Amino acid sequence: MHIMEGFLPHPWWEIWFALSLPVVAYGVYKINGMIKERRETLPLLAVAGAFVFVLSSLKLPSVTGSCSHPTGTGMGAIIFGPSVTSVLAVIVLVYQAVFLAHGGLTTLGANAFSMGIAGPAVGYLVYKAAARSGLHIYLAVFLAATLADWATYLVTSIQLALAFPAAIGGVLASFKAFAAVFAITQVPLAIVEGVVTALMFKYIVLLRSDVLLRMNVLSSEAIKRLKEAAA
Amino acid sequence: MKIQNMKLEIIALGFILLFIAAFASVSSQAGHEWGGADGQAEDVISDLTGGSYQPWFSSIYQPPSGEIESLLFVLQAAIGSLIIGYFLGYYRARSGIRAEGDREKAEPEGEGKTDA
Repeated sequence: MHIMEGFLPHPWWEIWFALSLPVVAYGVYKINGMIKERRETLPLLAVAGAFVFVLSSLKLPSVTGSCSHPTGTGMGAIIFGPSVTSVLAVIVLVYQAVFLAHGGLTTLGANAFSMGIAGPAVGYLVYKAAARSGLHIYLAVFLAATLADWATYLVTSIQLALAFPAAIGGVLASFKAFAAVFAITQVPLAIVEGVVTALMFKYIVLLRSDVLLRMNVLSSEAIKRLKEAAA
Repeated sequence: MKIQNMKLEIIALGFILLFIAAFASVSSQAGHEWGGADGQAEDVISDLTGGSYQPWFSSIYQPPSGEIESLLFVLQAAIGSLIIGYFLGYYRARSGIRAEGDREKAEPEGEGKTDA
């Protein structure tokens, strides 16, 4: 669930645009490089983008009695990194803002920051740290995708809290109020997203491990081990 | 694929069943509207500002009904699923062809789309 159209006052909507724009621009630059030099990675980029499309269209019921949707950005973040993933997220956010009145064009900067940059950055770092610590790869993917989803909504809560500080207690009090809505609703959704992403990652390992090797996502020993386990 | 190699699939299925069970148990209690979290955030904003905040820009297009809105959401999911299915199917068929040798290549499906 993104911040809705018109719901971020001046100067906050401009600030989030200013923070997001350089990252998205760098992501476009990196994708251009992939188109020129690493064409074999493009189908996987399409799959990562499509994964964001599918997961962010599913409004799921949660234990709080309300609905929200996963983000699907963990996969792209793990394989391609946060800046490329921010471009994928912006495509989905624009689609939803223009055709579905979901999210908004004025809040696009803030939503791109939470869903496209902050969440994927968390997912990317968690994956790298977990994989390096020797955790099972699918568990690392699960943690990365789950935390990327959850971080997205924590950042959304922070963005709203900064724009609407409470009269008593200020930003912290309103953060608690927004996080009570977003963060708690998101917990079960984030876990399911993590599991589904790990499963999707398994199929990519089985089918295109060469790209994962080239993008430094997995070592050749790790790929060998995962393939033997599935043979 | 042998059953012991489908551990991850079984775990995923277990989590999804748990998720459905949680939904079923929460919705058996009355009083839940299953509205969007973004709508609830709007209520929080209205509480925090004492109802004084007015959105300063409204969506350039509103789906005219809930049906049209769900159509567009489904369209989004369908486009995504199509792309995922196309490429995973393509790679799967290709790795099968490579593994099983030239005999499989004689079959008409799966070939001729090598530009992807």
